[in-house]
Amino acid sequence: MDNNKMNEDVFMAGFGGQGILLVGNLLAYAAIEAGKNASFFPAYGPEKRGGAAMCSVIVADQEIGSPVVGRPSNVLLLNQDAMAKYYPRVRPGGLCLYNSSLIDASGHQRSDICSLAIPANQIATEVGNVKLANMVMLGALLARNPLVQLESVKQALDIIIPERNKRFIPANLQALDRGFSFATA
Amino acid sequence: MNKRLFVKGNEAVCIGAIAAGCRYYFGYPITPQNEIPEYMSRELPGLGGTFLQAESEVAAINMVLGASAAGVRVMTSSSGPGISLKAEGLSYMAGSELPAVIVNIMRCGPGLGGIDASQADYFQAVKGGGHGGYHLIVLAPDSIQELYDLSMVAFDLADQYRVPAMILGDAMIGQMKEALIPHPYQPLAELPAKDWSVTGKGNRVQGNTVKSLFLQDGALEAHNWRLHDRYQQLKDREVRCETIGIDDAELILTAFGGAARIAKTAVSMARQAGLKVGLIRPITLFPFPEQVFRQATERCRRVLCVELNNGQMVEDVRLSVDRQADVRFYGRPGGTGSLPTPEELFEQLQKHYKD
Repeated sequence: MDNNKMNEDVFMAGFGGQGILLVGNLLAYAAIEAGKNASFFPAYGPEKRGGAAMCSVIVADQEIGSPVVGRPSNVLLLNQDAMAKYYPRVRPGGLCLYNSSLIDASGHQRSDICSLAIPANQIATEVGNVKLANMVMLGALLARNPLVQLESVKQALDIIIPERNKRFIPANLQALDRGFSFATA
Repeated sequence: MNKRLFVKGNEAVCIGAIAAGCRYYFGYPITPQNEIPEYMSRELPGLGGTFLQAESEVAAINMVLGASAAGVRVMTSSSGPGISLKAEGLSYMAGSELPAVIVNIMRCGPGLGGIDASQADYFQAVKGGGHGGYHLIVLAPDSIQELYDLSMVAFDLADQYRVPAMILGDAMIGQMKEALIPHPYQPLAELPAKDWSVTGKGNRVQGNTVKSLFLQDGALEAHNWRLHDRYQQLKDREVRCETIGIDDAELILTAFGGAARIAKTAVSMARQAGLKVGLIRPITLFPFPEQVFRQATERCRRVLCVELNNGQMVEDVRLSVDRQADVRFYGRPGGTGSLPTPEELFEQLQKHYKD
């Protein structure tokens, strides 16, 4: 395999209602628009809200094999359950961003990965709505690993958000920026 | 080149069906295939077609039977429990030689089961889910692009052979999104006129009838031999299969549908680790690629069959391989957290490669 070829995977997990599937879809769509191959594989429980929600996104230059990843390299964890279950699975050398507003990370230490606490609910609330925590997390990820340009994600947002929800776009853009600059600092 | 779409597998199958001229859909909702009726309900009315949510799966399949008898391209979809309910209608359609496309986005079973990815319905799809000893054409796509492409192929094969065609998918390829290039529809072959369809007597001396009841002496036997010949023609002409690296393989992994996607990554991990592992991915489950397995196992004696169930396709693999081949099985029956990862399959490959 050509080592210069891009092949990045992102796994994100939390509970239903946190917008896990929305940001996963957004990231993959932005990658497609940027001319990459991408897969978005969601998994969720039968519950409407509150059940576990997770998804895997793969962005690559070549054809994508498995959309399922056992040891993901880039991980976003949005609640305590997700931390307990998936933090140990982050690939050695990988990157894990966790929502420190909801996650107590004591007892979850690994020296072989890069862990980064993002107070996503807090930042989202400052922007105006706690529901924007997903966008804060995605912005933060892109600051640490520009697998897609932040600008491409912003453009994609306008396309994937249905007409009835377009009024929320400015706040979402702001949340992406806040997450991005938090993780850059 | 057409712009790439980014759609779910469940949507891709609909886009393909509509491109192939399907204007009629009858169904009843069930997860994980609900995007199919959702898409059809949105699109068909505007195309002059008909979408109808029936009162049950039993009603839906009989509406499909009626529309097909009238000579139009028609589709239904469901998941395991709903396909069980449709089985009687499928048998009648097979007996009446009526073409249609049936999509099964499998869930884990038995009974109500679960909505996670599984391949628990291989037997049901391939061995005749209903009574009477019939076959469906069974196609098993492993990508969003292939769901689109095979949805067109399914309509063509069904019309060509007058055998209902099933697209057998799982929650993984039904729910995941990938890029899709919506190539324009081109029929596989010149398709026969549907001069058997029930469209009113017109200029015919005798009106057409569509039936699965044959009472005259010898008539039913002749009918069944005719169906048998049709199945044989499918075996002779319509096998589809993808192979990767089987020429120098010491171990051949075989898998279909979603399991094959995970397998492909495991196979490339094995190759990078210096293991000579190949892949056979049946695309048609009926007709099954018997010859591909026989020829490949004349040289490579060891096969590992991986399925998202407790061992179903492996039986057809065992019937197909060279008699000296050693066929092994690794399966995961589905349910939350049950989907194997490429790393787990790679471990299996290492294990079966050695001993």
